[in-house]
Amino acid sequence: MEMKQITKEFPGVKALDNVNLKVQEGEIHALIGENGAGKSTLMKVLSGVYPHGTYSGNVIFKDDTCEFKNTNDSENLGIVIVHQELALIPHLSIAENIFLGNEQTNRGIIDWKKTIIETRQLLKKVRLNIDPEEQIKNIGIGKQQLVEIAKALSKKVKLLILDEPTAALNEEDSENLLQLLLEFKKQGMTSILISHKLKELFKVADSITVLRDGQTIKSYSISEITENKIIKDMVGRDLSNLYPEREHNITDEVVFEIKNWSVYDPRDSEKKILHDVNVNVKRGEIVGLAGLMGAGRTELAMSVFGKSYGKRITGQLIKEGQEVSFKSVDQAIKNGVAYVSEDRKEYGLILNDSIKNNLSLANLKKVANKNVIDKNREAAESELLKSRIKIKSPTIQQKVGKLSGGNQQKVVLGKWIFTDPDVLILDEPTRGIDVGAKFELYKVINELVEKGKSVILISSELPELIGMCDRIYTISEGKVTGNIDKIDANQETLMTYMTQGRE
Amino acid sequence: MNGMKQLISNNLSRFGMIIALFSITVLFQILTDGVLLTPLNVTNIIMQNSYIIILAIGMMLIIITGEIDLSVGSVAAFIGAIAGIMLVTFDIPVVLAIILCLLLGAIIGAWQGFWVAYINIPAFIVTLAGMLIFRGLTLVVLQGQTLAPFPNGFRSISSSFLPQIFNGGELQLFTIVIGIVLSFLYLFNELRLRRIDLKNNFNTTSLPLFIAKIATLIIVINVFTYTLALYEGIPYVLIILFVLIVGYTFIMNKTILGRHIYAVGGNENAAKLSGVKTKKMKFLVFVNMGAMAALAGLIFAGRLNAATPQAGNLFELDAIAAAVIGGASMTGGIGTVLGAVIGALVMGVLNNGMSLMGIGIDWQQAIKGLVLLGAVAFDVLNRNK
Repeated sequence: MEMKQITKEFPGVKALDNVNLKVQEGEIHALIGENGAGKSTLMKVLSGVYPHGTYSGNVIFKDDTCEFKNTNDSENLGIVIVHQELALIPHLSIAENIFLGNEQTNRGIIDWKKTIIETRQLLKKVRLNIDPEEQIKNIGIGKQQLVEIAKALSKKVKLLILDEPTAALNEEDSENLLQLLLEFKKQGMTSILISHKLKELFKVADSITVLRDGQTIKSYSISEITENKIIKDMVGRDLSNLYPEREHNITDEVVFEIKNWSVYDPRDSEKKILHDVNVNVKRGEIVGLAGLMGAGRTELAMSVFGKSYGKRITGQLIKEGQEVSFKSVDQAIKNGVAYVSEDRKEYGLILNDSIKNNLSLANLKKVANKNVIDKNREAAESELLKSRIKIKSPTIQQKVGKLSGGNQQKVVLGKWIFTDPDVLILDEPTRGIDVGAKFELYKVINELVEKGKSVILISSELPELIGMCDRIYTISEGKVTGNIDKIDANQETLMTYMTQGRE
Repeated sequence: MNGMKQLISNNLSRFGMIIALFSITVLFQILTDGVLLTPLNVTNIIMQNSYIIILAIGMMLIIITGEIDLSVGSVAAFIGAIAGIMLVTFDIPVVLAIILCLLLGAIIGAWQGFWVAYINIPAFIVTLAGMLIFRGLTLVVLQGQTLAPFPNGFRSISSSFLPQIFNGGELQLFTIVIGIVLSFLYLFNELRLRRIDLKNNFNTTSLPLFIAKIATLIIVINVFTYTLALYEGIPYVLIILFVLIVGYTFIMNKTILGRHIYAVGGNENAAKLSGVKTKKMKFLVFVNMGAMAALAGLIFAGRLNAATPQAGNLFELDAIAAAVIGGASMTGGIGTVLGAVIGALVMGVLNNGMSLMGIGIDWQQAIKGLVLLGAVAFDVLNRNK
């Protein structure tokens, strides 16, 4: 399989720029790159999610040039992608999900016996020992991933593409999945594996291609490459100048403190999500929250922020020495706390509204007399903010949905700067945006703390936490397991604390 | 020229509606040999459609929050029936009865808003239930009978005109004076806004375009009032409509409340995390819709001079159609009050024009259905381009 000079543009961004990828038959090829490097986009081109004609360049599979109109075309050739976000329907059974869109029929009527028998065989292949009629919502995420792979197998897959299959899995499930891949390889299957976890790649991959900012940097065979070299290729420069310098004006004054914070699952009031969490942040300090997916970082932030998550919340919040309680989001805002959500499209922005209206939404009172908005003041303030945080757009009337990811993220951050907060909780502020935009966001964050604001930074990217934070808390299974100063922080220590208490 | 192009492409949906209304009016003006725009008929169109316009404004707010209300026709009928009991059977003073009815409408809205906003039952279900409940209660209250006639004071809301102040013979001079006064108010307001924009260095439309826009609107206002003046002048209903249109446009465009309502429909999760009280907003638009439905019910009953069990049949669909033709998006977050009004007028002119041509109610329904589908299809295709 070969992809030649693929270029794909989105409004305002060149997601792929002359990318080349060559995969030998029967190998496991790793594709690696930072968030926003273009890995997923490339795979979407390969699998026909972006149809022929919306990109330039050629896709060649087994010596034939392919022009996929949709995913069916690529699947007919045996190219199947398992997406990062699982595409299973929770209320249907495993068997129904596996054969969704590919129903086993007998003269137009579904043959359930055949469906179940085939599902059993497929599940055996992925070494999953469960009832095919079990509903998806009742099985864990690791098993769901395996069901996705079984689904891919049902399509007579020749080239299996896995997009970050282990991101949400624990160690054991990840190991299982990797073993499975090796087994498939023995049976002659070709796979492309996208992952951030270098250790995994070294374990299973035969060759590796590094993407950066939508371009192919280089392809290597695994034997001729080291981890450090890959990181350097991915990042494109030394780690040290990825994060802008800042003056450290940390005072001893604790601005915000979360004390003995416990929260239960909103859907299951017996399940404790957070256990007596204690976190504080000083004036002018950036404090990191590190933890694996599901550790409870976002849950902590949202439960603090006007009880936007969770049930039976107990504990104290202390702001500038005074105990406060936020019953709703607007109380949190009034008390100078802001939360930038990890999912900007779902929880941060109104995509079909203008930059101006998004910026001012959380603090319209600032530009209103009583309850009447002063449009001139609103426009002037928005313009000011737009140039301060460098949102790239000709006007503030531009719809946010038309901006690139990095600019959208700036709008979300800008919206919260608009509320003049003392404490900003940033949840994965740089997810899915390119290196340049990241750097600019870091600069904005630094500027804020230099002016005496405090930041709590949640991130899955450990280098980001180490590069930006003064102090890092690690969270595992809803408990704070470490409180590490910048000097002592490195990826290994953080990882150790982050996995503490997990089985 | 470039500026013009941009102006049109930026405002295509808004212009689209106005163009649609304009072309339908011209079409029927020709098809009915000029009957459509006679002073009598223009007055009729306003009075016939006043309650649909009122419902459409309320519906627009509901749709902007991403919800729907199927019960407005039944609620309007129910309030009409209650008004009948109060005024015909018990002789309660008219003003008191009107206040009580509006209050009752708001309470009905609160009832439905409660289930939608706080219990999270889909509005489609809640208001479908409401449609049955209040139609049923209408029948119960009226015991299947029609109550009539209403006292004169009540009827005048929907069928009387502003009294003649100056004696102008055939022409209602007072109406023309009002038109001129409105033109000046409009002119001064536009000039004031433009001055502020220029002072702040905002983009403004070019001067010729600005003058053309103002001139067009002033001509439209005065031709309109002149036409009305040729008949009986300004009906009271028109004043109610004017106040509602101006008031709701102000609320939706200039207040925090309005911005929050748009935000709820635009992205409920993001709105909630921005400190918008999303449940309260949804609750409020339903309360508002209830009061608007009550007002529509009162005006309809007054116009018919009777409270009947069949009143308000299919009003909900007219109101929804008006809002959608007027540019509302069923997914929420998009739509304007003025759009709802224009949408209602498109439907109104269609109805009226077809009736004048003697087209039967059967074909009228079918044609209205096609227009609704066409308007939305145009919008969707245009947006995907």
